[in-house]
Amino acid sequence: MDVIVCVKKVPDTAEADVSVGAGGREINKERLTFAINEWDNYAVEEAIRLKEEDEGTVTVVTVGGKDKEDILRRSLAMGADKAIRLDMEDPEDSFVLANVLYTLIKDQKFDLVLFGAQSGDFNSGVTGVMVARMLGISHAAMVNGIEVLDGRTKTSRELEGGLNEIYEIKLPALFTIQTGINEPRYVSISGIRKARKKELKVMTPADVGVTEVKPMLSLEKMYLPPPGKIAEIIGGSPEEAAAKLASLLKEKGAF
Amino acid sequence: MTVYVLAEHRRGELMDVTFESISAARRLNDEVVAILLGKDLGDHAEKVAKYADKVLVVEDERIENNTEAYTQVIGELIKKDKPKVFLMGNTSMGMDIAPALAIDLDSPIATDVVGISEEGGRIKVMRSVYNGKVLSDLVLGEAETSVIAIRSGEFSAADLEEKNGEITKVDSPLKEAIENKKFLEFVEPVAGAVDITQADVLISVGRGIKDKDNLPMAEELADAVGGVVSCSRPVVDYDWLPKDRQVGTSGKTVKPKFYLAFGISGAFQHVAGMKGATMIVAINKDIKAPIFSVAQYGIVDDLLKVMPALTEKIKELKS
Repeated sequence: MDVIVCVKKVPDTAEADVSVGAGGREINKERLTFAINEWDNYAVEEAIRLKEEDEGTVTVVTVGGKDKEDILRRSLAMGADKAIRLDMEDPEDSFVLANVLYTLIKDQKFDLVLFGAQSGDFNSGVTGVMVARMLGISHAAMVNGIEVLDGRTKTSRELEGGLNEIYEIKLPALFTIQTGINEPRYVSISGIRKARKKELKVMTPADVGVTEVKPMLSLEKMYLPPPGKIAEIIGGSPEEAAAKLASLLKEKGAF
Repeated sequence: MTVYVLAEHRRGELMDVTFESISAARRLNDEVVAILLGKDLGDHAEKVAKYADKVLVVEDERIENNTEAYTQVIGELIKKDKPKVFLMGNTSMGMDIAPALAIDLDSPIATDVVGISEEGGRIKVMRSVYNGKVLSDLVLGEAETSVIAIRSGEFSAADLEEKNGEITKVDSPLKEAIENKKFLEFVEPVAGAVDITQADVLISVGRGIKDKDNLPMAEELADAVGGVVSCSRPVVDYDWLPKDRQVGTSGKTVKPKFYLAFGISGAFQHVAGMKGATMIVAINKDIKAPIFSVAQYGIVDDLLKVMPALTEKIKELKS
């Protein structure tokens, strides 16, 4: 089984103080830390798991400048075999990105292409399925289980309310991976050592023959949500706040 | 001009997002045509027709539970009528269908949309990005049809105007059954020993609990207060708690009297599953976490310090 995994580096904004830069075009990124998109990390693990179950190769792909290479190195250290970085500026929207990835992937050998189901920055969740459509292969989004049969897979999709649905899908196919499908391994020291010897290929849009397409969406502005109502904050040290909360809970009849 | 809306249903139930989609479509001041596909459709068409100007029904068992068949059939219907917008929920089904449809139709697409309007003939959407910390306004490119997938729970269907639209049956445009992608079955979630939907007090933990080894701390608090431990998605993803403890769109919807959220940021998928609680208390280090706008009370501090202190104080007050 030859698997291609497309990964993206995203800022961690969950616990960060986020502000929007002048002009409302982007957030200020100077103080943010960046890492592989959480969903993509599960996709990398799933690809490696499938390879280990059978045989084949795992190729990790990303689009962007040299600063994006650390997530490829990390994936190689986890057990991917080779990596490709398409050296270009960040595409303007998902459609442009999908077109670039399609152009790159169509000439590669693969049985399966994996994406994260969405990315933690813009949560559009469209790029993978778009690429599948451009490649003319079957796809499934929000995948939380893959079992490989002969030339086919039994694929579980996550639905609402904890329900799953199972599809039988003919290979080659493209799946977008939901978090929790597996337990991504940690990067080991020996993994990092081995990764140094693995191939990290840098290609240009011209190398793969990327044709220019127009973005589908144009950004008007980004802005912080207007301040809404906020909880009544119980102050003091952790002990003081806990004591006040305990009294409040008792008063309201929690115990 | 018309707006097409997909009526989403599963296992005999019409989903709420269908009416929310109609509500979103009404913001565009056009005729709203709902499309209903599949088999054993019961009275879905009548229910949808109540609020839509028109309902197109394609009864074909090859479409039922098959997202690829859905995509092809919707594509054919759109090619024929050329609606200005096709709108559906950004549900699991929407994530499988909408981007494929956009490529098939050469249409611009916006997903997980929380606001929609029309300005000078162009469709404008609002999206919530970067973990809900930033809003973004986007204009869709010019096209015959645009594809929009709306976030569940964002467009209220409470005040929909009654229309009692006409129901029209349409021959299935599906050329052949989908062989490459066959639906096999639904798999129900495994029921565990604890039913979090029945608890009056939920001690809910999120990513902020940091380590599986900290979970007994939450159990102790739950025991002290007479409640049950539930959690947000990451805790299940990490395999620290079983799936049946998860609160949110992909887990359970709970309405306890008391919901104490420890280290939960409050992603909209989580909030959708707990906003019906009578009293919500959030304990989180980040004052800007969205959970504080849902909670009535909050403590901005390290949950690992607050939680054991709270357990002690409750034990004291009980004795």
